[in-house]
Amino acid sequence: MDFLNAIILICNYTILPALTYGSQLALGAIFVTLIYGILRFANFATGDMMSFGTMFSVLLTYYFQSIGISFGILPTALLTIPFAVFMMIFYMLTIDKLVFNYYRVKKSPPVQLAMVSVGVMFVTQAIIRIIIGPSDRRFLDGEKFILKASEFKEMTGLNEGLTIKTTQISTILITIAVVSLMFWFLNKTKTGKSMRAYSDNEDLALLSGIDPKKIVLITWIIAGILATIGGILYGLDKSYRPFVYFNNMLPIFAAAIVGGIGNPYGAFLGGYVIAFAEIFLTYAYKKFFVYLLPDFLEPSSLVQFLSTDYKFAISFSILVIVLLFKPSGIFEGKKI
Amino acid sequence: MKNYKNIIAAYSVMIFLILLVGVFQSWSIALTILNYCLISAVMTIGANIQWGYAGLINFGIMGYTALGGLAVVLISEAPVLEAWEAGGLELVLCGFVILIMIILIKLLVSRFKQSKNKKYIISFVIVTGLLLIRLISSPAIESIESIDPAKTGFLGGLGLPVLFSWIIGGLFAAGLAYIVGKVALGLRADYLAIATLLIAEIVISVIKHEDWLSRGVKNVIGLKRPAPYEIDLQNSQWFVNLVENFHSTKLNLINSFSERQDSLNQLVIDASSIYVKLCFTGLFLGVVILLLILTQRALYSPWGRKMRAIRDNEVSASAMGKNIVKEHLLIFVLGSAVVGLAGAMMVTNDGLFTPGSYRPMRYTFVIWVMVIVGGTGNNFGAILGGFVVWFLWVQAAPIALFLINLFTTHLPETSEIRVHLINSAPYFRFLIIGIGLLIIMRYRPQGILPEKIVKH
Repeated sequence: MDFLNAIILICNYTILPALTYGSQLALGAIFVTLIYGILRFANFATGDMMSFGTMFSVLLTYYFQSIGISFGILPTALLTIPFAVFMMIFYMLTIDKLVFNYYRVKKSPPVQLAMVSVGVMFVTQAIIRIIIGPSDRRFLDGEKFILKASEFKEMTGLNEGLTIKTTQISTILITIAVVSLMFWFLNKTKTGKSMRAYSDNEDLALLSGIDPKKIVLITWIIAGILATIGGILYGLDKSYRPFVYFNNMLPIFAAAIVGGIGNPYGAFLGGYVIAFAEIFLTYAYKKFFVYLLPDFLEPSSLVQFLSTDYKFAISFSILVIVLLFKPSGIFEGKKI
Repeated sequence: MKNYKNIIAAYSVMIFLILLVGVFQSWSIALTILNYCLISAVMTIGANIQWGYAGLINFGIMGYTALGGLAVVLISEAPVLEAWEAGGLELVLCGFVILIMIILIKLLVSRFKQSKNKKYIISFVIVTGLLLIRLISSPAIESIESIDPAKTGFLGGLGLPVLFSWIIGGLFAAGLAYIVGKVALGLRADYLAIATLLIAEIVISVIKHEDWLSRGVKNVIGLKRPAPYEIDLQNSQWFVNLVENFHSTKLNLINSFSERQDSLNQLVIDASSIYVKLCFTGLFLGVVILLLILTQRALYSPWGRKMRAIRDNEVSASAMGKNIVKEHLLIFVLGSAVVGLAGAMMVTNDGLFTPGSYRPMRYTFVIWVMVIVGGTGNNFGAILGGFVVWFLWVQAAPIALFLINLFTTHLPETSEIRVHLINSAPYFRFLIIGIGLLIIMRYRPQGILPEKIVKH
């Protein structure tokens, strides 16, 4: 019984949140990695682009709520995804046309494109703050829990309750759906294959008649889908605040590099590596050991490796370690 | 002289703008802006050494700035003796443990060249060392932080003069840069940008959460300053006399004695704050000029030419026998030291250390915009960039407000769009800076004052 309690405890406080957070990071990391692999620059506007898509979802959710449209027990925001994605792609393509295209045609070094993306970051941040303001916004509605702790306790008779939030389940399921669709697209369709070819060797791809304009267009479309969905899921799970999204850029970058930048599979797994490391290393295991160990061995301290203040620092340390020992990432980067 | 025409013109415009602020807003605001411009200029000189001379991207400016600020606290604050008694010994012991760990690892690395178990032994040493430190330090830290937490709760500093801490701030930053450089300088440019940014974030989170060292988010206030305090000036006779003489014509117009005394008091209060700011301005100007002379000499020395050669073509420079790794590390350390100095200057100017305020937006990206806008590889350009961008950053909101009012005059006073826009005027600074950066990158990628190559 104690053993089961311990397992449930760990599931409830570490595994489920880590899976959720990992999925959100993974979507962002694939976005970073796609831009890096195909358009060949580190996009510092990542967090703000995700924020931009989410902003439309928040505004549309408020609008839908005001005219009485809802999605049953699921959050209304999920209904707004197509519209938000559309706006996001439109914005990305506009930015690409106005800003990035010039440098791509000129074949500028990646550093210059990264600098330009800093400019895009400033502008995007300004637009977001001017439209929606910097304050914290919650736009989650519908049923909050699929399984409440008390229900679970009644059902099983255990001491520990397992809570499953709607946002957790929808995050995980939507991520699986989106990511598998994307991998199917990259691996099985002709366009996807040509994207991979373009990423591997640009000149060779151009020689064999691949249209670079089309590749760029498709890349931004996929990026827009990933960024918006990642952003909305994060916003539903926590809350929407432009500043937090900007900061999220850092663990997302860490995930992409840890997984091997340029490699979507790596980025996907890298997201979970970062999330699990952050949560496992900052969780206080005291209660867990109280269940497992006999009385005389029970720990007196919190049994916490690092305080939760260092959550972000952990993902960055992992990144530094990976860069030191395996700069191409755990799953070998620069392939797609 | 012809070569310097652009520079003189650009700087005159900048000085004119600051004078305009003085005339239309207030001299106090103008001096505050000027001081921050000078501090930004020091930061941009540092960033320019790395990016302009050697082409190294350092997005970790934030971390070095914070370390410079921490140096001010650790050097100039008075030591908290009770805290040292409560836990100083244990923390010193922890320092020894770290030292032993480093020596042990060095020994292990050199002894076991090919051993398979090397990795495991080293990780064992690290893990046991960390556990030992945790065991020794956590009760000590707890007791230090519990000593008068509202006022101290940290170890304090050494109680030395604050100007000395500027040098130490530079040294701290240089030390961090040495470690970061050893770790990260081999990376490709954009990787280096990300890695330095994330390492800076780690540094910030340590400063933010290790309360025994820096008081963390509780902030350290009332730091020493190298200039007199306003209240002392207001009470000293010579200063009052000075103000009285300065404003004698204006004061003589007032007939009633009490009114004259009141307005004199007001003038003295204003003048004291301006006087203090002028002291800082003089100090900062001295630093900027000194750095400018040094960097200018370095840039046009054989060493500067070598750095440019390495920046422009690493392969051929290394074929000529230049040690690229060593030079990159050196320049990374030098640039970071200058940034650390700027961080110490900023904290001294503010009189308070707020670890929570170090955010990448303000302390990395804005500084980078300054370097790029001003002119990479040109010291005058970098300083000018610091001035221009800081001026825009501060004055963007009033400018935006003015423009909004101009364009929405046809809308009624209560129109929702107008009210919303006026409320979000502060965020237009991001827009102005961002668009400015994009325009400069597109149409004048070498910056306002481009790099000048002197042919010998």
